[in-house]
Amino acid sequence: MERVKKPKLVITFPTTTAAMAMEALCDSALGRLIPVPGEIRAGCGLAWCAEPALESMLLQLMKENSISFEEKRIIQLYV
Amino acid sequence: MSRRCGRLAVFSARSAVIYFDNAATSLLKPPTVGQAVLKAMETFGGAARGGHPAALNASRCLFQARKAVAELLGSAPERTVFTSNATESLNIAIGGLLQAEDHVITTALEHNSVLRPLYRLRAKGMGLSIIPADSEGNLDYNRFRQSLRPNTKAVVCTHASNVTGTLVDLECIASFCKEHQLLLLVDASQTAGVFPLHADELGIDVLCFTGHKALLGPQGTGGLCLRSGLSIPALKVGGSGIHSFSETHPSELPEALEAGTPNAHGIAGLLAGVEFIKKTGQETIRQRELALCRQFVEGVQAIAGVHVYGDQKRPYAPIVLLNVDGWDSGEVGDLLAHQYGICVRAGAHCAPLIHMALGTQERGAVRFSFSFLNTEAEIQAGIAALVEIAGGKR
Repeated sequence: MERVKKPKLVITFPTTTAAMAMEALCDSALGRLIPVPGEIRAGCGLAWCAEPALESMLLQLMKENSISFEEKRIIQLYV
Repeated sequence: MSRRCGRLAVFSARSAVIYFDNAATSLLKPPTVGQAVLKAMETFGGAARGGHPAALNASRCLFQARKAVAELLGSAPERTVFTSNATESLNIAIGGLLQAEDHVITTALEHNSVLRPLYRLRAKGMGLSIIPADSEGNLDYNRFRQSLRPNTKAVVCTHASNVTGTLVDLECIASFCKEHQLLLLVDASQTAGVFPLHADELGIDVLCFTGHKALLGPQGTGGLCLRSGLSIPALKVGGSGIHSFSETHPSELPEALEAGTPNAHGIAGLLAGVEFIKKTGQETIRQRELALCRQFVEGVQAIAGVHVYGDQKRPYAPIVLLNVDGWDSGEVGDLLAHQYGICVRAGAHCAPLIHMALGTQERGAVRFSFSFLNTEAEIQAGIAALVEIAGGKR
């Protein structure tokens, strides 16, 4: 099967605790935790990976639940 | 002789003794604690070290444990740091927040885990005032105000004496600290899990706890809850799973104070212990422990030749300190262990100043400390053993 990269929203966190709080808040339809992609090289070792269309909704959700993040980027990933 | 009962067997198939040394380590744990540790050892990778399922299992457990502990102690998960025990927590807090030019107030009730870090700073020039205890282990709270100096920076105190069980009036001390803008560092080793504690509402800057006593977790677990906005320099730096290319350790809590792979296996057990406490109810646990303690106190106070220390008219944690006339405390402890199958702590209890206040610095004393999982029959067995010991010697 040929693998194809797709644009993904990747959000990094200052702490693993923040990443785990994000996971506890979201169901699988809103994304999942992935190892931080090499091109970002920031934050804790975990990042939230989601469809780009969910960006504003996820950021609002994080704001409402006081989950801080370091960086958000759209990058091409195989996941 | 050893005594067992059905209740004990339910909670700990390993225990073939009557265990009254819960102020040191709780032995009787809910079976879920051991099960959680074993499951963690079989399924956990390194917490915060990767995104694969085994690493995430560990990371999720740590997060759940932070939430559970923070809820129990009135803090927030992102300000709840895990350490190996209260001693490490106190060293982080005292060593990180206090300096040679400061003055600090503490009490004669303290354990060496408070005193020794303070003495080490005193040797470097820090001022230290120690509020004395009377011969019943009570503090004179007026002395706090009298001890105040222009450079006083903090009060460091226990919530309950590990020797007499004397409860410290934290509301009074917190109010004093707030009035004079002092940091308040609390050692909750003897009370976390049993007595209501809300670090944020009380205005506690650092609440230090251990997991292996009333929180019913394994040894090697503990932590500290920090006030919002408080920053403490890290005692240890190193691996964190965060910002690998930075030459400095990350400053964001809670991982800023957790260098090195955390004890996720142990914390899984701690989480199970905290969940048991929440399910059972802290009030239920406390009332039962205090009822067992009262039963014991009434029983032993009636024995000629047994001297009970402390002030049982005031609030206290379920700890009873006593001596038997004509007996060395170590001999009593040994006799209880080997002839009656009763585990207690005898001698000195790592809190020298309260022993001096009670006059037990030479002889030590025998400490009985109770658990929710002890039984009335065990209490009676303890009283009966002391009746025999006191009667037999005289």
